[in-house]
Amino acid sequence: MEAFALAASMVFNVETLVTIFLAAVFGLFVGSIPGLTATMATALLVPLTFYMAPIPAIAAIISCTAMAITAGDLPGTLLRIPGTPASAAYVEDSYRMAQKGQAGLAIGIGVVGSVLGGLFGFLFLLFTAPMLAKAALGFSSFEYFWLAALGLSCAALISSGGMVKGALALLLGLFIAQVGMDPLTGTPRYTFGSIELMGGISFIPVMIGMFAVSEIMRSGRRVMTEVAQVNIKNPFAGTLAMLWKYRKNQVRGSVIGSLLGALPGVGGDLAAWITYALAKRTSKEPEKFGTGHPEGLVEAGATNNAALSASWIPAMVFGIPGDAVTAIAVGVLVMKGLDPGPTLMTLHPENFYAVMIVFAIANMLMLPLGWVAAKSARWIFEVPRALLNAAILLFCIVGSYSMNNSMFGVVLMLGAGVIAYVLEARMIAIAPIILGIVLGPLVESNFTTSMIISDGSLLGFFSRPVAAGLGIVTVMIWSVAVFQTMRKFKRSPDTASPLAQ
Amino acid sequence: MTLLKKFAGALALSVLAIAPAMAQAQYPDHAINLIVPWGAGGGTDATGRIVATLLEKELGQPINVINRTGGGGIVGHTEISYSPPDGYTLGIITTELSMYHWTGVSPLNYSNYEALALFNADPEAVYVRADGPSLDELLAEIRANPGTIKASGANLGGMAHLGWAGVLTTNGIDPADAPWVPTEGAAASLQLLASGAISVVTTTMPDASPMVEAGEVKPLVVAANERVAAAPDVPTAEEALGNKWAAYAWRGIAAPNGLPDDVKATLVAALDKVFNSDEFAEFMKQRNFGIDYRDAAGFEAFMMDADTSIGKALQAVGLAK
Repeated sequence: MEAFALAASMVFNVETLVTIFLAAVFGLFVGSIPGLTATMATALLVPLTFYMAPIPAIAAIISCTAMAITAGDLPGTLLRIPGTPASAAYVEDSYRMAQKGQAGLAIGIGVVGSVLGGLFGFLFLLFTAPMLAKAALGFSSFEYFWLAALGLSCAALISSGGMVKGALALLLGLFIAQVGMDPLTGTPRYTFGSIELMGGISFIPVMIGMFAVSEIMRSGRRVMTEVAQVNIKNPFAGTLAMLWKYRKNQVRGSVIGSLLGALPGVGGDLAAWITYALAKRTSKEPEKFGTGHPEGLVEAGATNNAALSASWIPAMVFGIPGDAVTAIAVGVLVMKGLDPGPTLMTLHPENFYAVMIVFAIANMLMLPLGWVAAKSARWIFEVPRALLNAAILLFCIVGSYSMNNSMFGVVLMLGAGVIAYVLEARMIAIAPIILGIVLGPLVESNFTTSMIISDGSLLGFFSRPVAAGLGIVTVMIWSVAVFQTMRKFKRSPDTASPLAQ
Repeated sequence: MTLLKKFAGALALSVLAIAPAMAQAQYPDHAINLIVPWGAGGGTDATGRIVATLLEKELGQPINVINRTGGGGIVGHTEISYSPPDGYTLGIITTELSMYHWTGVSPLNYSNYEALALFNADPEAVYVRADGPSLDELLAEIRANPGTIKASGANLGGMAHLGWAGVLTTNGIDPADAPWVPTEGAAASLQLLASGAISVVTTTMPDASPMVEAGEVKPLVVAANERVAAAPDVPTAEEALGNKWAAYAWRGIAAPNGLPDDVKATLVAALDKVFNSDEFAEFMKQRNFGIDYRDAAGFEAFMMDADTSIGKALQAVGLAK
């Protein structure tokens, strides 16, 4: 308790609070520019932290990241440009809600849901962090393989066009993930001698192209028609009622997010997809998912932010960063003499608590800042869609260029946009493709790693208790899905295409 | 279009206005790009950014750090070598440069660059779980049951892999008897070690220090010429096994070939101040990076040596083409 009070005094002083606020505004700004990511915002901030005291330095990184990730939902909702792999899980629903004139509500759910999820994650971690970190350390490639495989099966559930089309789209995503260097041997695959392709197909340009450019092409065809533009009168109106209605999703999303988020490298990206699929699976109206339905948005949004806090646990306790952002943060921690490791919790628990308090503050700052951002995002809808398209395309180009600072990203983005346009015209959903690109490398590298460790024996995947448990659950889910599909085919031979919608 | 023309016109005018003042100016008279071939947030990026900050003070011009990632560093390394040799594009080059041409992924090697300075080198060390065997027990187990001990650390044919293979070959063990499990980096490998899936990890000391503190893993031996100041208890390969073996991961700064002599002289002098500064020493110490400063000629010789020894190590593990 003494440590907690000390931590509070380290955070609640003018220097730290002002830093948190400025970093949050900066994160909000970068995150809400389509195509610019939280990683980029954090990397830009690092040189500034050289000149700060330890706690403000780390506070700046935390509040900037948290805000940039939440702000990434804004271009997702308004322009269909998701900010992170995780927010791609629910971008279809939030964008459709905005199209139906519920932009304020969609952003409200995103922001308030994230805040609640983040605060839940904070409380949860305050008590369980050391245990959770220890448990996460017990996960090897065998367990990760099953988790990633479980994530892949979400594709069938999140696809709005039916299971077969979902599986097709997933395979396309997995194929895209194959391009580049083989993770095992470093041999180039599908690169045709191109050095650019050797680095693999970057995720961000493809995601921007598939979601945003295809939408530009679709709406661009209706240049002459008057497109009704929505207005955000009072952002957040009706949000609380909506969150109360789906309170079960809110809680479940936060819990799963906190648990999966603690797994380095897998957690954050995977968790939101799993809870979105779970929300659809357990929903009374699954057919509404993907058409602008708030249920999945509530659950996956909460997961997203709960996982964000949790992803710092393995980084702080064992120095094992899960993604680029926490890797940068570990660097800053070390540089400031707050060496990550168990001593951070035993010798200097006040530092650990201070970090957690900063998380809570950053989360609460999202409410007012998110409101302002939503309110000022209104101008976007006062511009006719046809004119807006030009600006969106410009952002798409800047965003995909800035990933690797090369024109290659722009070419990728445009190509992905055209492919997505054709696929969506054939009722093939985009989300499973994105899922395939996110999870493909995870499934592959964990599979090959595990096979090398077990000397090529598939039994290795069931030889460790947790892996065996996860494996049995995954195989059962797959069997049930196949069984149900077969029954559906048998019962109605003439509506044999579950693809029709 | 007219707007664009106006803008271009204004730009041209302002350039004209500044130009006379600059015409006689010495190098550098505008911003310099520093290409980092690895992603934002990694060790190379961190050192690149501190070098940029300090060099900016010496040269009086802004230095933009550009992360050109992809292809296991090949994309960025290639771009540095192809850039115009006017001193306005510099780059951080890393260990991997000594490997590309041996493994056949790219013809790039040290002769494609004008070496400016080496500033960092960290030796690879061998780790096992805290309750794991001693070095002698480990090697005895590998000799008795080839194939049961799995090692990891990073990609196949990377410095961590070669560091491990060298420990084995210098002691008469075939590297295939303790197979390498490739991963995307030290963090993933340490996770595999802690979870009990594999038995050995080779990596540089800064990467493993939190796990050592946590009591999860322990170092057995370091592939270095002398003991490391940060971990004085860990014996070198020569002390522990009687056979000399060193494997260092390194970072240096270079320019494309054909740099004008006066530009090179300016840069070498500025870098000499940067790498001898207290700020640089302080930063490297805080991040646990080892400082190994060598000037342009020293760096060139270092890379020539590294090229030969890495070629041999790659041949030993059967990865050289």
